[in-house]
Amino acid sequence: MSQFDLTEDQRAIRDMAAEFAAERIAPHAVEWDERKHLPVDVLREAAALGMGGVYVREDVGGSGLTRLDATLIFEALAAGCPSVSAYISIHNMAAWMVDAYGSDEQRRRFLPALCTMEHLASYCLTEPGAGSDAAALRTRAVREGDHYVLDGQKQFISGAGEADIYVVMARTGGEGAAGISTFVVPKDTPGLSFGANERKMGWNAQPTRAVIMEGARVPAANLIGREGDGFRIAMAGLDGGRLNITACSLGGAQAALDRSVAYMKERKAFGKRLDEFQALQFRLADMATELEAARTFLWRAASALDAKSPDATRLCAMAKRIGTDTGFAVANQALQLHGGYGYLAEYGIEKIVRDLRVHQILEGTNEIMRLIVARGLVGRSSGN
Amino acid sequence: MPPRIAARRHCAVLRLASAARPVRMRSTERKAKTMHDLTEEQRMVAQTAADFSRDVLAPGAARRDREKAIEPAVLEGLAALGFLGMTVSPDHDGAGADYVSYALALMEVAAGDGAVSTVMSVHNAPFNAILDRYGTDAQKEEVLKPAARGEFIGAFGLTESDAGSDAGALKTRAVRRNDRYVLNGGKEFITSGRIAGWAIVFAAVEGASTRSPITAFLVPTSAKGYVVAKVEEKLGQRASDTCSLRFEDLEVPHEYRIGEEGEGYRIALSSLETGRIGIAAQSVGMARAAFDAALAYAKERRAFGKPIIEHQAVAFRLAQMKAELEASRLLVVNAARMKDAGIPCLTEAAIAKLYASEAAERICSAALQTFGGYGYLEDFPVERIYRDVRVCQIYEGTSDIQKIIIARGLNA
Repeated sequence: MSQFDLTEDQRAIRDMAAEFAAERIAPHAVEWDERKHLPVDVLREAAALGMGGVYVREDVGGSGLTRLDATLIFEALAAGCPSVSAYISIHNMAAWMVDAYGSDEQRRRFLPALCTMEHLASYCLTEPGAGSDAAALRTRAVREGDHYVLDGQKQFISGAGEADIYVVMARTGGEGAAGISTFVVPKDTPGLSFGANERKMGWNAQPTRAVIMEGARVPAANLIGREGDGFRIAMAGLDGGRLNITACSLGGAQAALDRSVAYMKERKAFGKRLDEFQALQFRLADMATELEAARTFLWRAASALDAKSPDATRLCAMAKRIGTDTGFAVANQALQLHGGYGYLAEYGIEKIVRDLRVHQILEGTNEIMRLIVARGLVGRSSGN
Repeated sequence: MPPRIAARRHCAVLRLASAARPVRMRSTERKAKTMHDLTEEQRMVAQTAADFSRDVLAPGAARRDREKAIEPAVLEGLAALGFLGMTVSPDHDGAGADYVSYALALMEVAAGDGAVSTVMSVHNAPFNAILDRYGTDAQKEEVLKPAARGEFIGAFGLTESDAGSDAGALKTRAVRRNDRYVLNGGKEFITSGRIAGWAIVFAAVEGASTRSPITAFLVPTSAKGYVVAKVEEKLGQRASDTCSLRFEDLEVPHEYRIGEEGEGYRIALSSLETGRIGIAAQSVGMARAAFDAALAYAKERRAFGKPIIEHQAVAFRLAQMKAELEASRLLVVNAARMKDAGIPCLTEAAIAKLYASEAAERICSAALQTFGGYGYLEDFPVERIYRDVRVCQIYEGTSDIQKIIIARGLNA
């Protein structure tokens, strides 16, 4: 086996996820988008197959798989619906943060229900005034006896309102990254409330809400790691989160490409099938080539994270930039190849385009990916 | 004829434009640079349209998108300004404007609401343009005049499910029966198919002796047999209805045939120059609105201790957007000027449409990116503008069709 091949096990994992997506997700994707419905029952079915804690350790119900395995799963699920796959991936990211940085007690308390997706998780970093500049966050956590009292607002939180567990980054110390800590905030915490479900371009199969904390009292036992570790934990989560979102882009784009090829076999113009026109064949060739390049890069970045390589963060950032840009461009080309039909909701292509557009923005905008890469090249001064 | 209409029989646009409110200083300065090469009348048309767009169109655009409808007051407003008969001569109750003015007005309307600009665009050309050029005196009296006064909206029914980019392949049939034709078949992607009062539709006449059987017909949408089979759900342009139509024994009297039997294909193609200049102009308008929003946001939003426009990558992106916007605008004005001068401009219109529609998507996507997560929310205008502008690369001939036209010109 070459190191660029998948193992037997990896193929089996990918095929299992692909089959699940084709049977349980794809047939409903357009309807869930239209109804703005998060299919919690289907999420739990996915979790029953091991997709709720893909790279959480097995002693608490996780599947103990690698990051590379995870990209295979999320790409396959995204071929059914990028938005559903992306929510599962965010849930996985939050669960992993508890697994990697939580105490044994915290792992046993939170993770079994997260791995079955009996409990859903949300990741809460972004604030109205702190998006790309996440270290500027202003949510405060003040210690009072056995509790921390949280005050502040988180913005663009995926799954908010539906999720049971909120992994919240809040400031316990001074300005900047070093003053940030990570907390698990359960949904029933008094003082925790949610904004309205945002009306957005895509990702409609999962809610996006503001998470508002007004004197929200959280047991000190819910602090993950130590005070001041929070920004590092948040960024570590995002390394994997970026791989997963990239996988979601590739899965959506691959589905759009596959459907374009099928459409062009059927559709005729000027007396020929569309797939007989050279300009269109070459466009398909470029789409397939660029997807394969992005996928190969994604696997390399995932392997680097699995190996805890020192350049993993840089490679994850590079993979996210190229993979989400490529995924969107391919889906957008697929829309164009469908002509007027591509613009109609009924055909599902425009939905993929709407869903993938946000992957260039979240888990760190692609501008922030460039910032990470540039800092590696020229040092910190590239931040300004 | 209502007094409102009678009062603007001559040089209507000019007169109304001169009554336009004085504009704020900054906007005048900005315009002055990009408008130095325009006539006084063209500037006034643009200013009138800009005022209407800012005051009436832009504030309701998000709501129209959600409600998937354009309120009558908007169409009445367009009519009152003469925008629904822009290039029709005053003899036929039009505003008698030149094509540059038409393109400028469409840009401004599109900057306020892309979906409204689509309805305006289809109504002016192909609908009015075809009747103006090929209509009989009776057709002009009965249909073109009220259309130019904006008393109803016109639709254009050419595309079919198996005849999109390849319009010659259409399957709708017309059978002669006594003093009328009987039409059966269907049309797809028909803008304003539901709200229109009249539609120009194309069908192949059975037993036609001409080389091509394709013939144009004028149909009141109230006619029995004109069926709106479906109003499509789509990515953008949601306020403008896009319909699947079915003709079930739709009877059309001979006097509603436009041109001769077999002349339909030529008639359909005749308004393509204007139609494409129109789509290109809409692209510019929507892109400019997205650019303006992104620029304002980049000056407001702070990250890493300063407004994001002071980060060079953000500033350069805005600079690139501005350059592509200006290039697009000049291509549109160039094609419209050729049209005004009576010079064939099929290639130039295709270039304007190809470039402006593709640049517009890039500009709108860059604008969305500038807003970060907020760009993805419906609370800000850019995601809607992005969705609206995407179709400009598809309708009125896809980008590939524009390339076929440009390439044909090269290999002639």
